[in-house]
Amino acid sequence: MRRARRIAMASAAALLGAFAVAAWAQPPQSSPRAGVSELDPQIRGSSSDTPMGEEGRRLFEEGCSSCHGFDGAGVPGQGPSLRGAGEAAADFSLRTGRMPLDQVGEQPLRGEPRYGDDQIRALDAYVGSLGPGPAIPRVRPDRGSLSEGMRLFTETCAGCHGIGGKGGVAIGAYAPPLGEATPTEVGEAIRVGPYVMPRFSEAQLDQADLDSISRYVRLTRDPNDAGGFGIGHIGPVPEGLVAWFAAIAALLLIARLIGERSDSDRGRA
Amino acid sequence: MIRRLLLPAAAAELVIAALLGLAGLAGLAFVALYAFDGGDTQLLGVALALALGLIGAALLVASRTAFKQRQVEEDRPEFAVPGEASRREDAIEDATETARAGLDGVTRRRLLGAAGAAAGLGLGAAALTPVASLGPRVGKLLGESPWHEGTALVEENGLPLRAGELEVGSFITAFAEGADKRDLAAAVIVVRVEESELELPPERRDWAPLGLLAFSKICTHAQCAISLFRYPSFPERSPGPALVCPCHYSTFDVLTGGNRVFGPAVRSLPQLPLRIDAGRLVAASELSGPVGASWGGVREA
Amino acid sequence: MIRRAVAFLDQRAGAGSALGKALRYVFPDHWTFLFGEIALYSFLILVGTGIYLTLFFEPSSSSIVYHGSYAPLHGQEMSKAYASALDLSFEVRAGLLIRQVHHWAALVFLAAIVVHLMRIFFTGAYRKPRDLNYYVGLTMLILAVVEGYAGYSLLDDLLSGMGLAIGNAVALSIPAAGGQLATLIWGGRFPGAGAFFSRLYIAHVLVFPALIASLMALHLALIAIPRHTQFRGRGRSEANVVGTPLWPGYALRSLGLFFCVGAVLFALGGLVQINPIWQWGPYEPYLGTNGAQPDWYLGWLIGALRLMPHLDVAIGGYTLIPNPFWGGVLFPAVVFGFLYAWPATERRLEGDRAQHNLLDRPRDNPRRTAIGAALFAWVATIFFAGAADRAFVQLGVPYEGQLWGYRAASILFPIAAYLIVRRVCERLRKDDGHPGRGSGARVLARNREGGFEELPAGRAPGAAGADRG
Repeated sequence: MRRARRIAMASAAALLGAFAVAAWAQPPQSSPRAGVSELDPQIRGSSSDTPMGEEGRRLFEEGCSSCHGFDGAGVPGQGPSLRGAGEAAADFSLRTGRMPLDQVGEQPLRGEPRYGDDQIRALDAYVGSLGPGPAIPRVRPDRGSLSEGMRLFTETCAGCHGIGGKGGVAIGAYAPPLGEATPTEVGEAIRVGPYVMPRFSEAQLDQADLDSISRYVRLTRDPNDAGGFGIGHIGPVPEGLVAWFAAIAALLLIARLIGERSDSDRGRA
Repeated sequence: MIRRLLLPAAAAELVIAALLGLAGLAGLAFVALYAFDGGDTQLLGVALALALGLIGAALLVASRTAFKQRQVEEDRPEFAVPGEASRREDAIEDATETARAGLDGVTRRRLLGAAGAAAGLGLGAAALTPVASLGPRVGKLLGESPWHEGTALVEENGLPLRAGELEVGSFITAFAEGADKRDLAAAVIVVRVEESELELPPERRDWAPLGLLAFSKICTHAQCAISLFRYPSFPERSPGPALVCPCHYSTFDVLTGGNRVFGPAVRSLPQLPLRIDAGRLVAASELSGPVGASWGGVREA
Repeated sequence: MIRRAVAFLDQRAGAGSALGKALRYVFPDHWTFLFGEIALYSFLILVGTGIYLTLFFEPSSSSIVYHGSYAPLHGQEMSKAYASALDLSFEVRAGLLIRQVHHWAALVFLAAIVVHLMRIFFTGAYRKPRDLNYYVGLTMLILAVVEGYAGYSLLDDLLSGMGLAIGNAVALSIPAAGGQLATLIWGGRFPGAGAFFSRLYIAHVLVFPALIASLMALHLALIAIPRHTQFRGRGRSEANVVGTPLWPGYALRSLGLFFCVGAVLFALGGLVQINPIWQWGPYEPYLGTNGAQPDWYLGWLIGALRLMPHLDVAIGGYTLIPNPFWGGVLFPAVVFGFLYAWPATERRLEGDRAQHNLLDRPRDNPRRTAIGAALFAWVATIFFAGAADRAFVQLGVPYEGQLWGYRAASILFPIAAYLIVRRVCERLRKDDGHPGRGSGARVLARNREGGFEELPAGRAPGAAGADRG
């Protein structure tokens, strides 16, 4: 009876430990509708007079104007004005599924895009036509410098997103992990500054910098793990879990095998 | 489990020998991997772990089988047994007497004792005093700052920071021109907000030309570098513009001049007054407060 | 051949009788008595791997430009310390293995000490005559924590550099003496003079290991002299010790454990990555990263620093007690102060000044076990609070809400732990006195006619009165 209870407790502890390590080693959370949009299409600009422009206006009025207002002027308390937001803002929000937003006031999170590629292009064009704003950048990671990228990322991005791009706390907001971001999305976010993220113009971070930063972001998806299993790449927390639930657990077990147990040696002369 | 190994002695010895032999092979494998495989960390680790583990297993098996197991009983030393302590009175008395006897012949014990204490105090004070020579200078050391009226702001590459480089909602790290970048007081974080958003106190009204604000980059709680800038694109439904420290999440409101709004920091973030000089950003005066964590010499506003 | 060796020693050191005694020395066999050995063997591996690392590491904060084989840091400016750590990881064959084994050994060393401390506490092993040894052990724990912190800070990577900045702030926060103390240690304001790294290095490779090793020798001597404690059992008393002689039984088992500790540490060192400093990048005082954490044994301090509300003590504008003092100094001082004071406190509480060589099971002293559980619950709650940011990122629980939850928990959990554990211990003791009660067993007694009849539920056999003839 006692033995069974102990085995049960030991198994529960081991399971809890394994769960803890697994939970920490998981890629961090996204919204329930999480999906990967690996599309990196070429964007052709257009004005709102063309057939695509008409389509864009129509889609906008249907799906976006309730919060962003007709003509994208914004609705107080609901959604910001998109005049001057630029096609990059629309493209980023739509391709990552952040927009349309389910709940006003909540932070927009990555999810399944609600529009198809053609529709997104149309909407991008429409929003871009509302006023001068960042164009969709052409980001080529292979043209960037990895070491420049790491340096820029450390100085500019790591404070929120973490040096390994695994996400972080921003008090009042969540800086998401970057594992699913395409190079274009990285460039767009830098130019646009979505939600509470700061934004950076060409004067501060030029095209070469975008290439370098996105090249580093690409590295963080598959970093150099010369030391073995990476356990989540977030540092001492999973390391501590392994030290306790793998090493100490194993050594306690070995000690138990080596030594005596009270109920068996009690009564030994 | 090992205890219940019901191996006959001869078989056990063969098992032990086999384990030791395999351990030897694992050790040689380590050497081979090192010499010929370029030292793959994982394989090297496994080889050594096997070598050590197999020896360990051999020893544990040996301790339970091939070698005789006996349980014996032994008495504890007298002093350690409850109740026996009183029997130790003789030994304690003996040692105490020996110690006391050494003092025989010394008559003025109190006088000598007091004099010895005085000597000790004096010497101790003398030994500790040189630490105090850090004293008056500590405040100066910890309070030093390279920022004065007219000190230019430069980027990490040393080039002057131009006002036009930052757009609204942007931030950059800058340093005092000519200062060591590792000097805690030299690093500032420059942010840009809409001029209309500013809520600076009256005496700081002209500290933020074009909505550009500069603050010490070093958190006043525990000295980490403040590397988060939060700037909402829709202020109505998001938290306001702020600088956040990644260590313990102290949050400073930039619009009011660096007041703490969340987290364990107490002192507000020191602000550097700015002015624009031929398109470049330049300090208009010194930082508004001491840089870094608080200590005894720090005055709070 | 054995005879020759013994004769050799006896003729030169008179060691014959001492050797005989040593070989016959009796160790009690309980498995929980091996925890201290796990710590000891981890320490030995730390020293061995550490010596290897000192052959390659350069403890200098002077800057160089990196041109080694790790591409993302090519052309970057960094300290020589960091660069030499990168070289150890990528250029020195087996260097990364030894580095990782060393770091894993440090984590396991501290975890083993904590498990050992808990065993000592909950079995009352710190009672006279072993309270002195208990103080020695606690001191080693403090030294080990500082030693570990110094060790991983030597590498000058982004994470540990941030940790040093915080350490400096905590030193500054000590009332009256803080400014002087921090300036003295660092040689100026943070990040300090070049000499600071040399000091840190000498502290880590010489001063602290020497202190710990000396205390360990004292610790072992203070165990050997009165002999090890033992649990109660047949044939065991306060005046004897029952167990296995050192030779051959115990020596082989102990040596086997050493090799197993080595095996576990080398397996981890080869297979599971730890502190990949190349992924963090070099430290500069003006750089920071989200999600930076210290090694696990400092997690309780980061939790305390984050949980503590923004209070400080300022008089007339001068700061008397800055905020980091509460979490960084006062909290560990209270915890260790309590642990140091506990043996004397318990003696006073229980009025028990006798020597004890027999151990209590945790249930045998419900108050002690409950107090220990409460202290542990308090520290553990604050410890987990330190990882609240990762819980937010991984699991979505709002950070600000977690802070308030942990603050409440840090008061409620210890109280609950005390009450629950005390109740459980008392219940277990009662069950011990009446085995079978509550287990569904039925009690039979002989009746007058010579047959058996069942007693009413709850009645113990031999209860006074009605059942006996």
